[in-house]
Amino acid sequence: MIDVFGIDALSVLVFGPALSAFIVASLASLAPSKQLGRWVALALSLLLALLSIKVFADYQVAGLAIGDEQFIVTQDSPWFEALGARWTLGIDGISAVMVLLTGILTPLAILASWNIEDRSNMHLALLLLFETGSMGVFVAMDLMVFFLFYELTLVPMYFLINQWGSLPKSGVKFSGRFYASTKFMIYSFGGTLGMLLATQLIGWSSGTYNMADLTATWPLFRQGEALLGIDVSAVKALAFAGFFVAFCIKVPIWPFHTWLPDAHGEAPTAGSMLLAGIMLKLGAYGFIRLVIPLFPEVWLAEVVIIGVNVATCFAILSVVGIVLGAFAAFGQSDIKRLVAYSSVNHMGFVGIGIAVLAQTYAQIWSGSDPNADVQTAILAANGTVLQMFNHGLSSAGMFLLAGALYHKTHTRELSDYGGLWVKAPVFGGILLFTSFASLGLPGLNGFVSEFLIVRGAWPVYTALTAIAMIGLLFTGGYILKGIRAVLHGPFNMRWRDYNLELTPAELLAIAPLLVLMLLTGVYPNWILPIINTTVSAIFAGLAS
Amino acid sequence: MEVFNDPNALPWLIPAGPLLAFLIITLLTNKSKLAPASDQREYGGHHPDYDGMLVPVVARYSRVVSVFIGLAGVIAALIISWMTLYNASQLHHIGQEALASSFVWMDTGATAFHMGVLVDPATVIMLVMVPIATLMIFIYSIGYMAHDPRQARFFALISLFAGAMLTLVVADNVLLFFVGWEIMGVCSYMLIGFWFEKESAYKAAIKAFTTTRIADVVMLLGIAYLYSITGTLSFREIMYNPAALDSLATTAPIIFGGWTVSAASIIGIFLIIGTVGKSAQFPLHVWLPDAMEGPTPVSAMIHAAAMVSAGIFSLIRLYPLFAAGGDPHHGILTEPLAFMAVVGAFTALLAATMAVAQNDVKAVLAYSTISQLGFMMAALGIGAYVAAAFHLITHAFFKALLFMAAGSVIHGMEHGEHHVHEHSHDLASPHPDGGTEGGSHFDPQDMRNMGGLRKTMPVTFWTFLIGGLSLSGLPIVTAGFWSKDEILADAWLVLDKYGSGAHALVFVLLALAAFMTAFYTMRQISLTFGGEARSEAAKHANLGQGVISFTMTLPLLILAVFAIAAGFVGVPTDFPILGPIFSPEYNAFHHLVIEALPLPEATAAYSSLPDYHPHAPPFNIVPVATSIVVALLGLWLGWLTYWRKPLKAGQKDPLEDALGPLHPVLQNRYYLDDLYERVFVKPSQWLGLQVIAFLDRGIIDAFLHLIARISTWLGDLIKVLNLWLIDGVGDGIPIAIFNIGGWLRRMQSGRVQLYLLLVLAAAVVIGIVLVLSAGA
Repeated sequence: MIDVFGIDALSVLVFGPALSAFIVASLASLAPSKQLGRWVALALSLLLALLSIKVFADYQVAGLAIGDEQFIVTQDSPWFEALGARWTLGIDGISAVMVLLTGILTPLAILASWNIEDRSNMHLALLLLFETGSMGVFVAMDLMVFFLFYELTLVPMYFLINQWGSLPKSGVKFSGRFYASTKFMIYSFGGTLGMLLATQLIGWSSGTYNMADLTATWPLFRQGEALLGIDVSAVKALAFAGFFVAFCIKVPIWPFHTWLPDAHGEAPTAGSMLLAGIMLKLGAYGFIRLVIPLFPEVWLAEVVIIGVNVATCFAILSVVGIVLGAFAAFGQSDIKRLVAYSSVNHMGFVGIGIAVLAQTYAQIWSGSDPNADVQTAILAANGTVLQMFNHGLSSAGMFLLAGALYHKTHTRELSDYGGLWVKAPVFGGILLFTSFASLGLPGLNGFVSEFLIVRGAWPVYTALTAIAMIGLLFTGGYILKGIRAVLHGPFNMRWRDYNLELTPAELLAIAPLLVLMLLTGVYPNWILPIINTTVSAIFAGLAS
Repeated sequence: MEVFNDPNALPWLIPAGPLLAFLIITLLTNKSKLAPASDQREYGGHHPDYDGMLVPVVARYSRVVSVFIGLAGVIAALIISWMTLYNASQLHHIGQEALASSFVWMDTGATAFHMGVLVDPATVIMLVMVPIATLMIFIYSIGYMAHDPRQARFFALISLFAGAMLTLVVADNVLLFFVGWEIMGVCSYMLIGFWFEKESAYKAAIKAFTTTRIADVVMLLGIAYLYSITGTLSFREIMYNPAALDSLATTAPIIFGGWTVSAASIIGIFLIIGTVGKSAQFPLHVWLPDAMEGPTPVSAMIHAAAMVSAGIFSLIRLYPLFAAGGDPHHGILTEPLAFMAVVGAFTALLAATMAVAQNDVKAVLAYSTISQLGFMMAALGIGAYVAAAFHLITHAFFKALLFMAAGSVIHGMEHGEHHVHEHSHDLASPHPDGGTEGGSHFDPQDMRNMGGLRKTMPVTFWTFLIGGLSLSGLPIVTAGFWSKDEILADAWLVLDKYGSGAHALVFVLLALAAFMTAFYTMRQISLTFGGEARSEAAKHANLGQGVISFTMTLPLLILAVFAIAAGFVGVPTDFPILGPIFSPEYNAFHHLVIEALPLPEATAAYSSLPDYHPHAPPFNIVPVATSIVVALLGLWLGWLTYWRKPLKAGQKDPLEDALGPLHPVLQNRYYLDDLYERVFVKPSQWLGLQVIAFLDRGIIDAFLHLIARISTWLGDLIKVLNLWLIDGVGDGIPIAIFNIGGWLRRMQSGRVQLYLLLVLAAAVVIGIVLVLSAGA
């Protein structure tokens, strides 16, 4: 792994954005020009993006060399010794992909908010602060550090929605952004409550917060004995529930999703991009990194009343999310809420992939089904991580385009648009491209991951996969509805004297996303080996 | 260049030309200038008027450059196809050997997924048909779209369309095949809705995409299932591999286990459903007639060269899988085969009955496409593999010809209408507005407005006649006869020998459909070209002079040659007189195509697999006589009713009286579209709204708001208690308690976040206490 001026690269990725945020924020009082703040923020975030690309590329080389080892730990020093928490940073293939995504999306979000005049330095600083939070989550190898950064992401996002959210609709006194930001905060905060308790419980009883160590020790911890006077499996189930709810809210898994359309709908463009592109991935990442390896036996426990195990239950909720998310998006009349519900729909596929991974992992771990199909689980897991990356690209792109439109027209109602392709051919073409990537058109990125997940889920959850196809069908429905309302039909003469075409900054912001969507669709092996190596290593580690 | 010298790598370049053309036009050469939207010359035709607005229209140089790049792309594809065909002809035993190359596309655990190209007999026949038909369509589009303000975009999109089709043709695995398949779906969506300001156009586009997507998601499941059983999706490793086919045919399925079906059958039916959507078979046929909303070259692309042919081509590709476990040539059909036979034969007849009652010149052709695709599907269902492939090729040629000829008719009618218009303006019509309005109601596609076009548009007439007769299967001279005859011959053979019910059904329904095909084709030709003009526009209909006329006529002439000659490559050896002339040693087409199936030596070891190489059916007078009689009878009846006694302007179609109450039912497509609208579309929209209003807002959010309200209420309660406590006890209370009360009151300011923070802190404290006490 490389270092930057003698400092470990991962630490730079974590603290660099915070430092940049500080610089950009202080520029506001030093220099009156907003333009300077923008350029500084862009330059710093681009440097960080380059660094994240370098980290990704280095892991691609190093990761293939470490064989069945999963992690490369780059930093390990005492931190909160009273608790036993240590400052441990490291990455594997899954975090490398997420680091890359975060690194790329942040400068694009800054470009997308180029036209914001209201306290622009602060706005950009919050975006950078958010990058610190998410980078921290993806590279943390210590449970306490993980929790810290996980909560840190909420703060900038809350203020972004609350302060820079959409304007009140005519005739309404209060803007929906206050409701949305409060709901977002309470939902997320309430969700992590149990997670904090569970973190404390695990750390205290194991004497360590190191994730790699916990993966090996915690599932076996005092099996069959009592902890705090209660049967240990009950304690573990409670701890599981703490993590489970927190991450379900973040992904979001149905029915924990209702914060999302509000938050997305009201957030400023850059906020929506990062929210959909990165923040939702924190939840999915938490499942893969923590909930699956720490609680294998809980996934196989039978849920009362329903009569299926937890993993299957999770798969059912995911499929409900896929289908109802698609229907809800189909029923929307607000472009940003439509895109928001599409996230529920797409992240449902991530959910079902996680369920397959969890089920197989737990079966092999517990020995309950030694013949569990590892190949299927590997394909599902590859697809899941790739889908996280792909959704990051396409949802950020969709929000950028929806935001670009809102910025010019100040309306989000689909019925206010119509025939815009006449005057904005470039915007129209890019909207079509991004929409079809989001729809999962073969040849573009989303298809590869969805196909892998469907392939992985089919032998494990056959009927559920078939039901998920209804969701896939209606994905087409709402995408076409969106395109039709914005681009097709006779031109709405209300916008006769508006320039609806993308601005150069917006064009620059979306271009890298388009390239990556096409590249991943045409040749997914630029990114897949790194995921595949790690996923294979997880199962290899399990077998030994 | 290296790749040109390597026959195995060369097929990669076949789709490269059109795909590159798409990229170049989209990114570089599609440049526009601003023109007033009210300018009819720049922005006329299918676009509404926008008062005082400037709109981007394609610049003149951009139009020319883009057209040339599009043409260059498809010509490159044509040349490389021919080079590949030459390379393939150098193979000693094509089928056993093939041109193929692949690379690692995706890591999958310890294994990897390979993407590659494959040229085998099935690819060869498509490489003969697709590039030529596509090139003709491109040439035709130069003239047809010459006045469209977005011609550069049009050429970009049809280039992508052609590129996707060629990708599908050379694909060596189901996944790459599916990539081409779906991109074509998107291209057809964009091209059907090319005049996107028209409501009918974008609605048709959405309908086409949604209907085919229903089938595609099922097909995707089939692909995933196939992949999960075999661990590969390569055609060579599955379709040419008897061991894989045998294991598929003998594995119990993962679902529907209660029925005695094999995994191969379930996968087969899932994959066939994909074709039911793509090739517009009942009950998913409803999108194809609406698809004619697109510009006519697009219709030719969809109906002939690409889209729907791809559906049948996929069945040809996957046929060994469908037949595994049965033996169609001994009357034993597997579930997928029976499914194809029934759906295909039923669709062939159903669509033919609908075609009879249509008045739109393109609609008749659209239904005839559905019907002819039904022929092919039914043929595959009864194991007539070669016959289906043969009909696919001949149909592509004559249907491309018919659509483009119909496009010329429409173009000619519009031209005539313009002429009439200008003329009336010259006369200083007292009601110019009325004139415009009358013009907008005029339908240049309605055959009732035509008549007599053989005089003003002779080339179009003769070529349309050739295409129409080929479609009707006029005996001996047309390609359509030979391919249709072979399907019937195959059906008759098994029916005769083994008394197979499915073969009997197919034989009867297809013979009936063939009769109706001949009838409605003759009706169409007579209404369009026969008799006298029934409108002013028809009187003046023509294509004009110069480049436009030339580019629209040349493809018709070339395709007319194919519509006749393509049949002679597949004349049965023992056909009287003609057999020895055209197929002295063997039936060339049969000999080539059958090699795409596993060899008998290889399959003999597996009892579940049929003999994939049956002999070509011997000459039998019954099927030949049947196809001759139905074709001639249909044509004769059509001639009798419509050509001999041409319709007068305003006269009712004699068929309306003959069919009575049935006529509106046929004309309205058995009301299936309305039924779907009511049963599927409306409920989906309703459900979409309900999910938000009822589930998300009404239940989930309402529950959360309830919690918030309870928290706020509890907070208020404590506040009241405090006030009462403090006020009631008064001055006697120590200062300390007052302070605590005040602190508490500040906490209870009614903000829910604060409560949660408090709860969080309390939880942490309780947790730590618990933990410490347990640890002690």
